[in-house]
Amino acid sequence: MTTLTDPPKEQFRLSMLLYDTRYRSATIQVIALIGFMLLAAWIISNTIQNLEALGKPVEFGFFGESASYDINQRLLEYTSQDSHLRAAFIGLLNTLVVAVLGCITATIVGVLVGVLRLSNNWLVARIMTVYVEMFRNVPVLLWIVLAMAILIEGLPAPNAFRGDNPTATMDLFNSVAVTNRGVYIPEFLFSRSLGDIHLFGTSSLRFDISLDLVAFLVVLGGSIFTMRKVSAWAADKQESTGDRPKIWHIQLGILFVPMIILMAVLGLHLGYPELKGFNFRGGTHMRNSLIALWLALSLYTAAFIAEIVRAGILAISKGQTEAASALGLRPGRTMRLVILPQALRVIIPPMISNYLNLTKNSSLAIAVGYMDITGTLGGITMNQTGRELECVLLLMLVYLCISLSISAVMNWYNNSVKLVER
Amino acid sequence: MKKTVILSVATVAGLAAAAATAGTVDDVKARGKLNCGVTTGLVGFAAPDANGEWKGFDVAVCRAVAAAVLGDASAVEFVPTTGKTRFTALASGEIDMLARNTTWTFSRDVDLKFEFVGVNYYDGQGFMVPKALGVTSAKELDGATVCIQTGTTTELNLADFFRSNNISYEPVPIETNAEAQQQYLAGACDVYTTDASGLAATRATFENPGDHVLLPEIISKEPLGPLVRHGDHEWGDVVRWTLNAMVSAEELGVTSANIDELSSGAGDNPEVNRLLGTEGTLGEMLGLDADWAARAIKAGGNYGEVFAQNIGEETPIGLARGLNAQWTDGGLLYSPPFR
Repeated sequence: MTTLTDPPKEQFRLSMLLYDTRYRSATIQVIALIGFMLLAAWIISNTIQNLEALGKPVEFGFFGESASYDINQRLLEYTSQDSHLRAAFIGLLNTLVVAVLGCITATIVGVLVGVLRLSNNWLVARIMTVYVEMFRNVPVLLWIVLAMAILIEGLPAPNAFRGDNPTATMDLFNSVAVTNRGVYIPEFLFSRSLGDIHLFGTSSLRFDISLDLVAFLVVLGGSIFTMRKVSAWAADKQESTGDRPKIWHIQLGILFVPMIILMAVLGLHLGYPELKGFNFRGGTHMRNSLIALWLALSLYTAAFIAEIVRAGILAISKGQTEAASALGLRPGRTMRLVILPQALRVIIPPMISNYLNLTKNSSLAIAVGYMDITGTLGGITMNQTGRELECVLLLMLVYLCISLSISAVMNWYNNSVKLVER
Repeated sequence: MKKTVILSVATVAGLAAAAATAGTVDDVKARGKLNCGVTTGLVGFAAPDANGEWKGFDVAVCRAVAAAVLGDASAVEFVPTTGKTRFTALASGEIDMLARNTTWTFSRDVDLKFEFVGVNYYDGQGFMVPKALGVTSAKELDGATVCIQTGTTTELNLADFFRSNNISYEPVPIETNAEAQQQYLAGACDVYTTDASGLAATRATFENPGDHVLLPEIISKEPLGPLVRHGDHEWGDVVRWTLNAMVSAEELGVTSANIDELSSGAGDNPEVNRLLGTEGTLGEMLGLDADWAARAIKAGGNYGEVFAQNIGEETPIGLARGLNAQWTDGGLLYSPPFR
């Protein structure tokens, strides 16, 4: 009878780190990591030392100093007496505005074009192909500059609206002025406004929240919540009786009646733009730098999104379309109810990177004089204070944060629509 | 991985090398070319002519320095810079000197770590408007849209001017003079503001210069001059004294017409002799040869000649000497003595 004994337990020896294949790869990785960290440390300390030698040690105190330049498009109140930090904050908001507007427009245009490119109508499909190829294959900077040039050269100056025989007139019942300085549209004004909440006192990040907007959002949220309840009730009814009650007029009422009451209570009226002095005053001024940047960025990105959408649709087997038509669904409904929901799973991941690209491309804003964060923090502030390294590092950090936030949101959405596997 | 390591080593080496440069004079001599930062194009001050050759008032300073150091006025590599990129280009060593109508201010000198070697044009910020607007004073500009080059002192002066006069305006920031011109002519802005000399130069290139007026207000002091990096005093001295040589030459009556005769041998005026190197060892002290200043003056003439050729009253730009006359003529130009 043989007895099985365990092999003697091998003692760990230092040389095994090198000669034992189980440990060797880890050893190499650790050495490489240490080497890499040393290199990084050397680069950083070298840079800091060189800057010290130049008499420019790395420090961020300049942020508290007065910026002393003006910014034309500011969502929050800002004067040239505010600090550089405040100016950077205003620039950040401008970046976010153009990024959000751009992402929304690019998605809408991109989905439409992507679907239409697969259309059976020869002409529509070809036009969309031309659009996609044109926008995808020309650098976005050129589109931005072209859009700006068209706006400046193609539209009338405010001067043309003046006099007894103006060469240009306002559109839409005298409420919208389209000029080469931008588009002036009526603004919402409240005669019984609820006022603002002031956050963060007098610091650089101070922020006003309009209570009117809060009230609007609360009422809107309430309406939507009630509408969903009504829908659920209708669905229940359909389940139990087979009849779907007619609810669209109730839904419309729920959506609009509270809103109209709220607006009446707040005393809503429109402020129209008027030609006064050199410019139009009143109304909301959408500067042509914003419009040019927004249009160019969204049309450019939409071309990429269109291709992603097309690829997503083509990834769904033709059998799905045929099955849907066999059930009697019309093409529009087939697309909306059968194909797109499945295609979304393929579409969303590459869509994330396009949103990121759009946001990062918005840093080209200075080409048209749009004061985004690159124009304020990475432009004028950097130039006036001479703190290149600090400003550029901060700028990188800001874009990193924006991009990671977009990724996080989109990944969360992706998780919520992806195929649930059982 | 390997590639990245090599790349980063190269980057680090580059960084180290950039910081190690101290002897710009030697660098320029070894390179055989002077890297001079100028504007992206402002007729009269620095702009390429029809043959692609850079011409202008600031360009002349670059050429004089190149002539003094290298003996060849054409050994200059002109690097066009915008208001935004100029300081980074100089600080990083991409250019050896900057002659780009740059205003000498405290913070640029002290905080940005540059060294202004002198003033080659005393300027002030002005406003240009179309005549049709009927504006006669800058104080009537309430609510106007103002085109402005970003990254300049004019941006700050403008904010101060409108704030102190309690009137509003809409700034349109623009990168280069050419873009500003396009927007201004298309009526996208009512006013273009920059240094008065720049306005005159810009207006000279318009199809109908007479349709535009410069407003009487000059809202700031803008002493424009060449600058170098802080810390390299030998190089700073070379550029400073080249500029002074041009100014002194005018004061002493040395012109491109008589310089060959004057520098052929020591004459009666000891200061002219020292300037042109026929007496004394001034060139040696600078680390150059004896006739450095003679070459610099020969490159484009003395200060007055350079002024007259590029921006003077005979040119389309038509600037009067004004503050930029010699101190003996009631101006501010005053070179320290060559002794």
